[in-house]
Amino acid sequence: MTAVHVEGLDRVFTSRQGSVTALQGVDLDVAPGEFVSLIGPSGCGKSTLLRLIADLDQPTSGTLEVFGKSARQARLDQDYGIAFQQAGLLPWRTVAKNIELPLALHKVGKAERQARVQELIELIGLTEFAGSYPDQLSGGMQQRVAIARALAERPRLLLMDEPFGALDEMTRERMQNELARICAETGAAVVFVTHSIPEAVFLSDRVVVMSPRPGRIVDVVPVRLPGTTRDDALREDASFFAAVAAVREALHGTPATAARGVENR
Amino acid sequence: MTTVPTQVATGAATVPARVLAPGRSVRTVVAPIVFGGVFVGLWQALVTGLGIDPYVVPAPSAILAELVDNLGSVASGAAHTGLNALLGLVIGTVVAVLAAVLANVVKVLDQLAAPVVAALSVMPIVALAPVLYTLYGAAVETARVLVAALAVLIPVYVNTLRGLRQTRPVHRDLMRAYAASSAQQQWVLTLPTAAPYLFTGLRIASSLAVISALVAEYFGGPIGGLGKSITSAASSSNYPLAWAYVLGSIVLGLVFYGVALLAEVVATRHQPGTRT
Repeated sequence: MTAVHVEGLDRVFTSRQGSVTALQGVDLDVAPGEFVSLIGPSGCGKSTLLRLIADLDQPTSGTLEVFGKSARQARLDQDYGIAFQQAGLLPWRTVAKNIELPLALHKVGKAERQARVQELIELIGLTEFAGSYPDQLSGGMQQRVAIARALAERPRLLLMDEPFGALDEMTRERMQNELARICAETGAAVVFVTHSIPEAVFLSDRVVVMSPRPGRIVDVVPVRLPGTTRDDALREDASFFAAVAAVREALHGTPATAARGVENR
Repeated sequence: MTTVPTQVATGAATVPARVLAPGRSVRTVVAPIVFGGVFVGLWQALVTGLGIDPYVVPAPSAILAELVDNLGSVASGAAHTGLNALLGLVIGTVVAVLAAVLANVVKVLDQLAAPVVAALSVMPIVALAPVLYTLYGAAVETARVLVAALAVLIPVYVNTLRGLRQTRPVHRDLMRAYAASSAQQQWVLTLPTAAPYLFTGLRIASSLAVISALVAEYFGGPIGGLGKSITSAASSSNYPLAWAYVLGSIVLGLVFYGVALLAEVVATRHQPGTRT
């Protein structure tokens, strides 16, 4: 069974000014435990696709299944965890209470909740900040808390909408390393929306390249065999650069020569 | 003025620099005290120097003397009026918050309530006091508590309702992703989002409650409160005593305002920018 199955998906936004086709004829399958990135310029519908999978929005037509169920049922069953570009922490709750939120909402017992929160805080390396409030944390730390919250219920699927988009490059690379480690440990499938080619290549098993107006999938680049470890050495590996070049080529539609200025973001 | 912090700094090395920073301590603490002292001094000098009659304005020394002589009476008056104001504040706030939550959930109620809210906000609520005395009898405090509650109702309702609408899209998405029930969303997201706004409303309402409860006493009802005491002192031509009661009302109002302000600061301490 696939984690996500998308077939012939359309999403048309209709307003008084007319209609905009955000997604057209999108087909995509994500295997359990697979890391798939959606990449493309602004307005290519990658965030829309993610929101459809999360059942935060409904498709105009087409098939969408999450673990063989409707997206709605998967949401009600809490089959996925989600993180956005904004950490979206509740400012009046401490770090521990924020991570605990989904567990508390779903009436998980107090002892189990505390044990899980403890585990997650250690996982993201913020043990000494458990009692801090979000306004006392840096952007990167807030984003780590948001990721811990997304992982709280051990989802088999993680949906991430540019979670590192607002971070500086150094924090970003560290967060990518951490996410790669966490994903290897949890074995969850991930659908990851990003603007950054190196980020997509570093993290993913496959990179889905999208184009705007109307949003559709133009290419799927397999960048790595599943199971390869992802660490800083990979960032300097020749295969990494080759994959970056391949994704860029798919994005721009023309072969990019190695001599051309490398756009690393 | 600038030499003061320097002298303190050389004498006590353990005092935090923040306390000694002249821009902070001098301007926020010393300046108002100096201004107040000069103001009261000038007042005293003018009244005694020009021989102004007490019914125009009594000397600060006379007011102070009356206040000291009648401290027990002023304090019990403040407690009397303060209790009415507090009851009104609590009742008005509870009703206002419930109404705001309801209006936020059921949009049509909000639209239906709009004219009533507009009418109540322009109506001089104290003017209702005589009607309420007739309604509930002049021997009980009900009318005064109701006047205070009505005065509190509008600012708390308007501010809370505005706060309930400040939930961020990312938080609403999150609640939907967690399949949270409407009740859970209200409790976990909407109400905490509105809390700083509620407390802003409460701060505005706190002094209104005192003023309303006090002025309502002018229109009748039992004696013992500050309002009644001001009128009876003035009608027996004891103007310094009337002013002593006025001083008591100012202190009472400041206590209410101060406590409400403190509550607001505590409620907004992790949400910079929400305090208005």
